[in-house]
Amino acid sequence: MTSVAMPAARGATSAALLTRFALLAAATALAFLLELAVGTVRIPFSDVVSILSGGASTDESWRTIVQTVRLPRALTAATGGAALGASGLVLQTLFRNRLAGPWLLGVTGGARLGVALMIVAVSWSGYFLPAQLGIPGSVGVALSASVGALGALLIMALAARRVGTVSLLLLGVMITFLATGASSVLMHLVSEDQGRVWEAWNDGNFGGVTWANLRVLLPLLLLGTLLAVALMKSLDALTLGERYAESMGVSVRRIRWVALAAVALLSGATTAFCGVVAFLDIAVPQIARRIIASTEHRFLMPATLLLGAALAMYADLLAHVPIGNRILHLNAITSVLGAPVVIWMLLRKSGAANGDT
Amino acid sequence: MSAHGTLTAHALTVGYQIGRETRSVCANIDVVLAPGELVCLLGPNGAGKSTLMNTLAGALQPLAGTVLLDGVAIQSLSVRERAQRIAIVTTERVQAAGLSGYALVALGRHPHTGWLGALTAGDAARIEEALEMASASAFRDRQIGELSDGERQRLLLARALAQASSVLILDELTAFLDLPRRVETMHTLRRLARDAGRAVLLSTHDLDLALRCADRIWLLPRNGSLATGIPESLILNGTFAAAFAAEGVEFDINDGNFRVHQSGGRAISVRGPEPTRHWTTRALQRLGWNVTEDADHCVTTDNLQQWEVGGSRGEPVSVGTGLDALLTLLGRGTQ
Repeated sequence: MTSVAMPAARGATSAALLTRFALLAAATALAFLLELAVGTVRIPFSDVVSILSGGASTDESWRTIVQTVRLPRALTAATGGAALGASGLVLQTLFRNRLAGPWLLGVTGGARLGVALMIVAVSWSGYFLPAQLGIPGSVGVALSASVGALGALLIMALAARRVGTVSLLLLGVMITFLATGASSVLMHLVSEDQGRVWEAWNDGNFGGVTWANLRVLLPLLLLGTLLAVALMKSLDALTLGERYAESMGVSVRRIRWVALAAVALLSGATTAFCGVVAFLDIAVPQIARRIIASTEHRFLMPATLLLGAALAMYADLLAHVPIGNRILHLNAITSVLGAPVVIWMLLRKSGAANGDT
Repeated sequence: MSAHGTLTAHALTVGYQIGRETRSVCANIDVVLAPGELVCLLGPNGAGKSTLMNTLAGALQPLAGTVLLDGVAIQSLSVRERAQRIAIVTTERVQAAGLSGYALVALGRHPHTGWLGALTAGDAARIEEALEMASASAFRDRQIGELSDGERQRLLLARALAQASSVLILDELTAFLDLPRRVETMHTLRRLARDAGRAVLLSTHDLDLALRCADRIWLLPRNGSLATGIPESLILNGTFAAAFAAEGVEFDINDGNFRVHQSGGRAISVRGPEPTRHWTTRALQRLGWNVTEDADHCVTTDNLQQWEVGGSRGEPVSVGTGLDALLTLLGRGTQ
């Protein structure tokens, strides 16, 4: 069986597709190298390469910086960005709405509330949650965030059958407010030290994730990504709606559960360790669609993963490279980059928010 | 192609489950949709045509009775097995921004492709064939959001054809098509049934075309039971006229025309060569005249549209030329 050149929408040939994927991969690789090479401490690039390859370093403190600060940070940004993009893509097709994403649908809010509840439970049970979470702590945070995300997803999935697009998105915003408010109230119930852990975590940030955290985060994201990749073909059929998808052999009920599980893992685990990161989940699939010019998820999914990784790392670079004495917040950058994409989508076609995928 | 694709309903009751309440739409249906047959499902809005079609396609659970596909209960088939054997076109409006015509039709290969959905050369050939058959090749590179309803409908037919199923269930497929496309589509469906041996079920409101093209008619009146048969026998045994009389529409068993019933029209006869007689009759009927064989008044016309209107005793009353003048003279048939 030979695979034939697939004319994607607007006739992107397979050669053109290959070029675009190569560019995306190059942009991602460049971002990763920059993440390792650029920071407050100037480390010559030759030393960075030497440290990574296990060789000597001119200054031993550079080794610590690269290995325990920059490398985990780059990995977190890359995988977290890819995960947020992928969960946005899955939700956009599932809800047949290009504005859908874990952030706007209140899923990251749910994840945050899940973590808050866990912290309170731990605090009341008398244990202290160390600031630098060890593996047991990491698992707890990741699980509670994923459960919180799944809870919010279930509410949205039920609501999607009853209300229209605009109401659905407003409901998502309301859930976010509710979850944020409830989390704050809960934080008054715990000790000051615990509250500090919470605050450090609360603001979106790819830094501060340790190797111990990554040992929990990466397998969860890998599992979520595998689920999302397994969904690609069914998502194609779902672009025509559930009735047609079912008539084309998609077991819609089962696929919906798999999709919700994938999104809960991807956005829940990312939110657990990086906090709430705005806009990447909506904007990344949008830009990927424009770049790839296809509606087929076997192209869209890898493009979204690559672009999500690249954009998250560039945003993270802007966030941790000091400008004067100031450090920008990650969410300030993702909002400045992401909001115009959403505004453009809203203005370009009034139908974009009305059930179009 | 395969001779499979016999869809059989036994003592079928179709309807909806709303909460704990079941609402039955039509009961005691016993029908067979056989390979090689084009069946048109006719009936007024709200009679349950879509519900019946969805149940036959396995998308809705029957409230009672069974649907068998080649002798196997359709509900016991996996969704993929069902998809390989039954393709549908629904009345729901397909919206998917950025989806090209070709990508839409290619989705029809979904039940036959591997886990990635990559198309083989064989799949591509099937897609071309389907685009050709549905006269949709011209829209392959257009985005479906830019297309008219009729154009999109032809792509949806192509998508269903690309699925290469033995049964096609098409809900109001021809609704948005212009007359030439409707006729063309009906002929395509006939070809599919006759030459490719597919079983085709089409619901439509185009009675005239259905009567001419369908091998069998399924007639579903509001709150009634399903009547089936070849079109002509349903007409001759009065089933057709009875079903439409209930809707206030009169079916003329002699000329196969439908007209909205108007009572109290004055009687008049029309004589002369065809086609002038036929169209003169139509014009008078529109004005409310009751055109019969032996009326007191009689219009005699020729092919040059020269006419005379006479009374019962045969003496000429008026003569003239052209339908305009005739209608002006006679005026409305009802006071």
